[in-house]
Amino acid sequence: MTTNEIIAALPYAKPFLFVDDLLEVNADGTKGKYTFREDLDFFRGHFKDYAVTPGVLLTECCAQIGLVCLGIFLLDGKASAQTKIALTSTAMEYYLPVVPNEQVTVTSEKEYFRFHKLKCKVKMHNSEGELVCKGVISGMFKNEGNA
Amino acid sequence: MELLMDESRYEKLREIIKIYLPEDVSVDAISSESHFINELNINSANLVDIVLDVEDAFDIILENEDMDQMQTVSDALQIIETKISDKA
Repeated sequence: MTTNEIIAALPYAKPFLFVDDLLEVNADGTKGKYTFREDLDFFRGHFKDYAVTPGVLLTECCAQIGLVCLGIFLLDGKASAQTKIALTSTAMEYYLPVVPNEQVTVTSEKEYFRFHKLKCKVKMHNSEGELVCKGVISGMFKNEGNA
Repeated sequence: MELLMDESRYEKLREIIKIYLPEDVSVDAISSESHFINELNINSANLVDIVLDVEDAFDIILENEDMDQMQTVSDALQIIETKISDKA
């Protein structure tokens, strides 16, 4: 499966797609980029007086690039509109803020994918190469019809 | 073949299940007939963690079919017994 096919298979659309480019995918992990453009709506309210990306969206970006792209790759083309994806746990730590127009790079490292559950370590770096956040994210990937 | 419930295996399994019980479910709720998802309120992701811990604790490997059959604590014990005797 190519990186473009994986992005096309993602179940997200704007304004909730947090993957611009998928640079690398293999059985052990992924690497991808996203830019939090200044016109994103939430910057108007987070915060009222100065714009910074909410931590939950950093987590979402890590989950989309690190976990969901990897899960779709591991399902090896068997992912479809019937594939059910559910986030089941996140444990994140945040180190640096991400301001409007900042580009981040997410890398993930698979811990295991067994019994439909994918667990990954994820890291996000800013364009300076500094660690923005890291953590562990898990989700279930089930094709409809197989229990 | 008579299937006897091995007490020490049951205890070992209970210790694993305990870790993944939601806060509102007491350890006393675990019995051999307990249904993992319906009665113990363990979600499917944590059930996978239980299976992975069971594999390590009993040095066995479970397949997707085993996981599908593992609805109750006694189902799990039976799968453990079978896997261990297959190994012997």
